[in-house]
Amino acid sequence: MWRRVLALTMKEFLALLKDKRSRMVIIVPPLMQLIVFGYAATFDLNDVPYAVYNEDSGGAARELLARFSGSSSFKLVAQLDHESQIAPLINSRKILMVLRIGRDFSKELLLQRTGSVQVIIDGRNSNTALVALGYIRTIFVDFNRAWSETQGLRRSHAQLEVRAWFNDNLESRWFIVPGIVGLLTLVVALLVTALSVAREREAGTFDQLLVTPLRPVEILLGKALPGFIIGMVEASLIIAIAVFWFQVPLRGSLPALYTGLFFFLLSGIGVGLMISSLAVTQQQGLVGAFLFLVPSIILSGFATPIANMPPFMQDLTRLNPMRYFLIILREVFLQGASIESLWSQFWPMAAIGVVNLVFASWLFRHRLY
Amino acid sequence: MSKVDPRKAFRHGFAMRMRGMIRKEFLQIRRDPSSIAIAFVLPLVLLLIFGYGVSLDAQHVPVAIVVEAPSPATRSLTAAFGNSPYFRPVDFSSIQEAEDALKRRLVDGIVWVRSDFAENLLSGETAPVGVVVNGVDANNARIISGYIQGAWLTWLEQYARDQGRPLSSAVSLEHRVWFNPGVRSRDYLVPGLIAVIMTLIGALLTALVVAREWERGTMEALMVTPVAAREILIGKIVPYFFLGMGGLILSVVMAVWLFDVPLRGSLWVLFLASTLFLMTALAMGLLISTVARNQFVAGQVAILSTFLPAFILSGFIFDIGSMPAVIRGVTHIIAARYYVAILQTVFLAGDVWNVIVYNGLALAVMTVFFLSIVKKRTRKRLQ
Repeated sequence: MWRRVLALTMKEFLALLKDKRSRMVIIVPPLMQLIVFGYAATFDLNDVPYAVYNEDSGGAARELLARFSGSSSFKLVAQLDHESQIAPLINSRKILMVLRIGRDFSKELLLQRTGSVQVIIDGRNSNTALVALGYIRTIFVDFNRAWSETQGLRRSHAQLEVRAWFNDNLESRWFIVPGIVGLLTLVVALLVTALSVAREREAGTFDQLLVTPLRPVEILLGKALPGFIIGMVEASLIIAIAVFWFQVPLRGSLPALYTGLFFFLLSGIGVGLMISSLAVTQQQGLVGAFLFLVPSIILSGFATPIANMPPFMQDLTRLNPMRYFLIILREVFLQGASIESLWSQFWPMAAIGVVNLVFASWLFRHRLY
Repeated sequence: MSKVDPRKAFRHGFAMRMRGMIRKEFLQIRRDPSSIAIAFVLPLVLLLIFGYGVSLDAQHVPVAIVVEAPSPATRSLTAAFGNSPYFRPVDFSSIQEAEDALKRRLVDGIVWVRSDFAENLLSGETAPVGVVVNGVDANNARIISGYIQGAWLTWLEQYARDQGRPLSSAVSLEHRVWFNPGVRSRDYLVPGLIAVIMTLIGALLTALVVAREWERGTMEALMVTPVAAREILIGKIVPYFFLGMGGLILSVVMAVWLFDVPLRGSLWVLFLASTLFLMTALAMGLLISTVARNQFVAGQVAILSTFLPAFILSGFIFDIGSMPAVIRGVTHIIAARYYVAILQTVFLAGDVWNVIVYNGLALAVMTVFFLSIVKKRTRKRLQ
């Protein structure tokens, strides 16, 4: 049996790798994507362009503004001297926000009253607006503390000390890059397998395969193994880049990570082969892969938390293998998880994989064209 | 017998050949359900998933509250968290249990009020309250710690007022968020999503269709007909242009009526920009397929060079201004970037001409550029 499986696997590898272009697309683009997205996909803000409309000539206002111009998160673009200048700058996206300080700001502060600063912010990208507001709030809190200290004011005794575990500086890259490992692994595994049966169906060679002594299980193995091997190699490469290039800490155990990868590839290949055996043409195979890929990226917690989704969507994500693998990736990378704590993530992926593989091999014989 | 004007004959033939080509493409679309799936089912599914499923607005965040020694002060503090729509407080009796729950992702944050809190608060010592958030999802962690700080400040003011000594902080922040006062993430995600959908219809679909003709050898069959290279090109673009526009109309209708996204700009600007973008996407799809000539390669290249950049490098979710300079440079060659800028502005801000004209011109340049490359590559030539 294994000799036959091996022969089929070899043939699949040849079909994939003999063409220079398909060899290239399996290897080069995913790595390029990893590098580009690793840098691009971040929710952290740098150099937020802003303008100041300061009607106050006092020292307190200057001191507050110095904290903004001294921060690497903000970049001063313009000083305004009339209210009518605000709208054009924000509308045309030249600046994200305006800090507006009224005439009596410093006077109020010296009288130990509360001075108010108005921030007008572009909400077209509401997440950017929220993150920027968070940065602004931090600067204000620091300023308030420093101001009360220098002025010898009574300050509140109750203090909030915030710490973030697993990612002290809250770098989004540590969150996104492990996610990209899962995303690209799924893309590669799915694309390699989703077309493998459809290609033969389109060319008519699948019927020939069915009349050979190969049993459906053997065809299944022969079709699954190339995707599996390519997925493993590619994922290892991507993990290495995440660790050595992007310096994302890998705190957990490699066996835990690779057990997760094994089950994830199993489920991804299962879905891929299922789509492939349903499809009659390669185009249908690709479209099917796509119709699976896009929702599974979006509903995986890759960029937006699953907890923010409505309840029925949250239940739907349980059918998504990427959901489980992303949890494994992030727990192993950042939280230092071990194999034992991750069983609840392994078995759903195994179940998805096995169900799809069984269905795919059944379809081999029952869907003839 | 009068001689037939050859120019006139050619023009007549042109119309006839075009009709034939376009009819063939439409038949092909009608007979393969996967084209229809990309053009109409995919937008529907994507919009539903995005509109309902994708949100960056955390609500009912499970937060562990550890109060070591209950007192009136701590009770009002926990009540402040309980009353906020952002939190779902869970009481824990010891910090160890709470930390364990955080590690197992049962809660996203911990508020730890130590046993000497009430005492210190009364005696005027500093009374620190410890907050721990799970930083694995950095963005979410930042949003949650912002919410916790907000709830904390509200409580502090309330508490000081109750004690009859109003607390004055030096500076108060008053913010106004333009275009999206409710800060709904759906309002900015849904318009951006249209760019992703149009990329899929334009680039992926055409890339596959033409690659299939090469693969099956029907491209060679087309070459021996009197149809000119330019006519093949137009014949491929026209039907998919209509499919793409159909997808656009569906998306806009769903955005406005199902998801209540405001459309403040004018429709004709939206359609003009969409036409330009769709042409660019179609041209890119054609280019990919003429270079790849094989559906597997074309599919891979289309996904990796058009769909994923439209998703990540277009400013649709991630802010372009915060990317490193090199990547920011790269985003300039991503057509989706210009389209997303127009979409977000037309939907949320209205007709802001300098945004629309600048990005529209960029799209027009890209359209001409890609179409002329495609024109050059689509010679009647065999490899």
